[in-house]
Amino acid sequence: MKYAPVIGLEIHIELATKSKMFCACSADYFGAKPNTHTCPICLGLPGAMPKANVKAIEFTQKFGSAVGCKLLLSSKFDRKNYFYPDLAKGFQISQYDLPFSTEGSLQIKTEKGDLKKVRITRAHLEEDTGKLTHATINDRRVTLVDFNRSGVPLMEIVSEPDMESANEAKVYAQKIRQIARYLGISDADMEKGSMRIEPNVSLRKVTEVSKVSNGTKAKKELPPYKVELKNINSFKFAEKAIDYEIKRQAEILDKGEVPAQETRGFNEQKGITVSQRSKEFAHDYRYFPEPDLPPLHFTERQFEKIKNELSELPDEKYQRFIKEFNLGVYDAEILTREQKVAEYFEEAVKAGEKAKISAKVIANFIINQKPNIEKVLPADLVSHIYQKTQKTHISDDELEEIVKKVLGENKKAVEDYKKGKDVALQVLVGAVMRESKGNVDPQKAKAMLKNLLTN
Amino acid sequence: MKKKQKPEIDIDYVSKLASIPLSSKEKSVFEKQLTDVLNYISKLNEIDTDSIEPIGHITNLQNVLREDKPAPSLSQDDVLKNAPKTYNGFFEVDAIFEEQ
Amino acid sequence: MSDLSNLTIQEASRLIQSKKLKALELTEASIGRAKKLNQKLNSFITICEEEAVSQAKKVDKLIANGQKMNALAGIPFGIKDLFSTKDIRTTAGSKVLENYVPVYDAASVARLNNANACIVGKTNLDAWAHGSSGENSDFGPTRNPYDLSRVPGGSSSGSAVSVSSGSSLAAMGTDTGGSIRLPASFCNIVGLKPTYGRVSRYGVIAMASSLDCIGHFTKTVYDNALVLNVTAGEDGFDSTCTAQKPDDYTKDIEKSVKGLKIGIPKEYFENLDRKIKGLILEAVKKLEKLGAIVEDISLPNTEYGVAAYYIIQPSEVSSNLARYDGIRFGKTREKFGSEAKRRIILGTYTLSSGYYDAYYLKAMKVRRIIRNDFVDAFKKVDVIVCSVSPTLPFKLGEKVSDPLQMYLADIFTVTANLAGVPSLAVPCGFIDDLPVGMQIIGPDFSEKLLYQVGYAYEQETKWYGIKPKI
Repeated sequence: MKYAPVIGLEIHIELATKSKMFCACSADYFGAKPNTHTCPICLGLPGAMPKANVKAIEFTQKFGSAVGCKLLLSSKFDRKNYFYPDLAKGFQISQYDLPFSTEGSLQIKTEKGDLKKVRITRAHLEEDTGKLTHATINDRRVTLVDFNRSGVPLMEIVSEPDMESANEAKVYAQKIRQIARYLGISDADMEKGSMRIEPNVSLRKVTEVSKVSNGTKAKKELPPYKVELKNINSFKFAEKAIDYEIKRQAEILDKGEVPAQETRGFNEQKGITVSQRSKEFAHDYRYFPEPDLPPLHFTERQFEKIKNELSELPDEKYQRFIKEFNLGVYDAEILTREQKVAEYFEEAVKAGEKAKISAKVIANFIINQKPNIEKVLPADLVSHIYQKTQKTHISDDELEEIVKKVLGENKKAVEDYKKGKDVALQVLVGAVMRESKGNVDPQKAKAMLKNLLTN
Repeated sequence: MKKKQKPEIDIDYVSKLASIPLSSKEKSVFEKQLTDVLNYISKLNEIDTDSIEPIGHITNLQNVLREDKPAPSLSQDDVLKNAPKTYNGFFEVDAIFEEQ
Repeated sequence: MSDLSNLTIQEASRLIQSKKLKALELTEASIGRAKKLNQKLNSFITICEEEAVSQAKKVDKLIANGQKMNALAGIPFGIKDLFSTKDIRTTAGSKVLENYVPVYDAASVARLNNANACIVGKTNLDAWAHGSSGENSDFGPTRNPYDLSRVPGGSSSGSAVSVSSGSSLAAMGTDTGGSIRLPASFCNIVGLKPTYGRVSRYGVIAMASSLDCIGHFTKTVYDNALVLNVTAGEDGFDSTCTAQKPDDYTKDIEKSVKGLKIGIPKEYFENLDRKIKGLILEAVKKLEKLGAIVEDISLPNTEYGVAAYYIIQPSEVSSNLARYDGIRFGKTREKFGSEAKRRIILGTYTLSSGYYDAYYLKAMKVRRIIRNDFVDAFKKVDVIVCSVSPTLPFKLGEKVSDPLQMYLADIFTVTANLAGVPSLAVPCGFIDDLPVGMQIIGPDFSEKLLYQVGYAYEQETKWYGIKPKI
């Protein structure tokens, strides 16, 4: 029996604010000594109280707007209650039923090359937890807790289960990362942990689509379970984990059983997923509105402003580059992958206008030569290209020397030409062009060769 | 809330959820005492609240926000001062196993 | 020495600032008395002799240098052991925090320190503020100085007793369901539950976040206003603190109550103990003689207050106490006392999957109805007067085995917390030599008015003159 994967993605992105979500501790904790970026609030000390970071909210709404979400006029924070050593207060301040943004979508390119829409259920704001590391001290296994990360603003983006392959999941995640970076709200780096992905995977039995008289397709039903995958530290591992899961679940379904609804951790070394201890009550989070934080109310005017102030997004830029600069799809995709490269390209094009160096030439150069855009100014790049395309003047005497050299080195071609093989002349012209590094008019070279050959 | 239903509290489930260890004696005593309280609380069913909005916040405050400006954190010493077990600047707890 | 313990803040402040009394002398007298009485009363968990003496010396020095000081300078204060005090042990009355020493001060404590008040000690309380009698402390019950076999009321039991017995001239407390007003009423002192959001909660160990109010005890109404002048106002850390600027609460405190409309809510008097009822109505008559107009009103949903309160409060308690896991501070959770365990379990249940709508959400709806009762009433009257407690101070041990009975002691006080409105408890007489207090309840941020009414009544009666024989 054939199965179709049903994949959704939950992505967490650490926002690049200067201070934490609910306290003024510096959010730039990466590499700091443990427990040096904390205060009573993010440490959950008795009596401490939260105060919300306005920038984190702005970033979340900016992102929501960028992915076509509906921004909510009334929103609030809620408590998500559970116990874990990295959760200082024993609850996480998050958002439950009134997130900042809902109902957006993204277009991704599938492996087949067509565009597919992935719906985004919501993008909401919450606080990050501390970090756990496992260690052995004096033969005793312990867990060490560092709260530097506790309280850093985290945006959670939840997608509908619209993806149907590991590749699609990867492309979607890459797109989310690209937008976050374009907006300047996060460095979204999986290695640093500022972007984390948790796929949920299930398989749907694909039966013959019943031919209904009016031609509509049978409704796609969601499988009666889903498996959440954790501990995925790169896009590559995400693909591996999802592919492994698809295989594992297919085997269970083949036996006529249903895979357990559970959370599984990805084991990098073995390339497999392993069940994590599931506690049924672990999912009873007892959400209720955060009493220490008054509600948030926004205006349509504020939302208009956010939308209008959005810088050009990757897809828009891609389309514009194709149109405006007459670039091919491949080139346009590469140049718009990172915002700073795109900006560099446009600066260079502007600089190249005077020297009449086309956008296409500049594009090719950047893509193939990969100049260091941090060090080389766009204007300098353009003059460099100009230098290379400038024809060096070659005198007639110099040309005659080159032609004579070529004739001496290509005796066979000379013989062939004299035998009447015209194509041999092309070979000789080619040689002259090479020898003169293209700084000669090919017609002139051809004439001179003919001249010397017939004499 | 279903009317005329005696409130039943699954003490085992709730105490685990609350991470409050209870002796078997405590469990039976609490079960009775809390059932009494819940019975009293069911009084609220007498009021029709269908058309009433819950009080979100008793104050009229909204949009209480903080500028994104960092301020000094506590010293590591202060942070660890009250902890029963620490190690090299970390808080130490018994090993947490995440895989079966 | 006993003279000093009988001083009001107003009197002591005048003497200290005019250099007729040294702050050090007053502080040492208070500490001496605190130590002497603690075995009998058990009102202090920690006595802070060193810190208080050091602060008092500082005050005397500043005054000698001609520095103008706040009215609270050199005044001995008790602080409920729920307030974080930097470098001073803070237990919440529980074994879980037996050895916890905060690394920061609560906002209200910082304000008192800035005003150069002298913290005599951390006072005893029902652990985690869970209680109405003062019997739930893991450090032993506190006793009523007017009758050592009876409760002083809770949960701010030690703070009330420290003022009542003369070991401090003022004390900080919290009121979530009556925890200031009840002990004030049982101990013949003045206690304020301010409007929710009037005083910053930052640094005070949270009980129920949407109900907790930071208030205080004093002997007299004027003293009480002096303290609010220092503690009121937003601090930048408590997001639920109002931005509305505080009044000057002592200014115009002698304003006449002529023309003031006083509401008598029938639901608070219907089944009230006959003797207590008599005392309260006598007090109201006194205000009438001063020119106030008395009107019968109704707060029709009063009977649902305790039920709504005992859903909302334990729910929030269960969440607020989740941080006590023994990792960053304190002991592990099996060290919680019975009442704390009960409330955590109850609150976890009422928030749990499938029950949230029926309990917490429902209670928050009832809460709106109860608040509307007050809002409607204040369209007709300026203040509401009623009893604080349905009973006289009861005997130690009388209600401990029946939690529900204990909860019903809050029947007249929880409604002000649910509505968020301020209420001032003032002494209004004695029955069988036991103190009785009345509440003066007003609309949001009407503390100034409450003080005027309380002051007017107090000047006619001066009940604070009847000291406990201790």
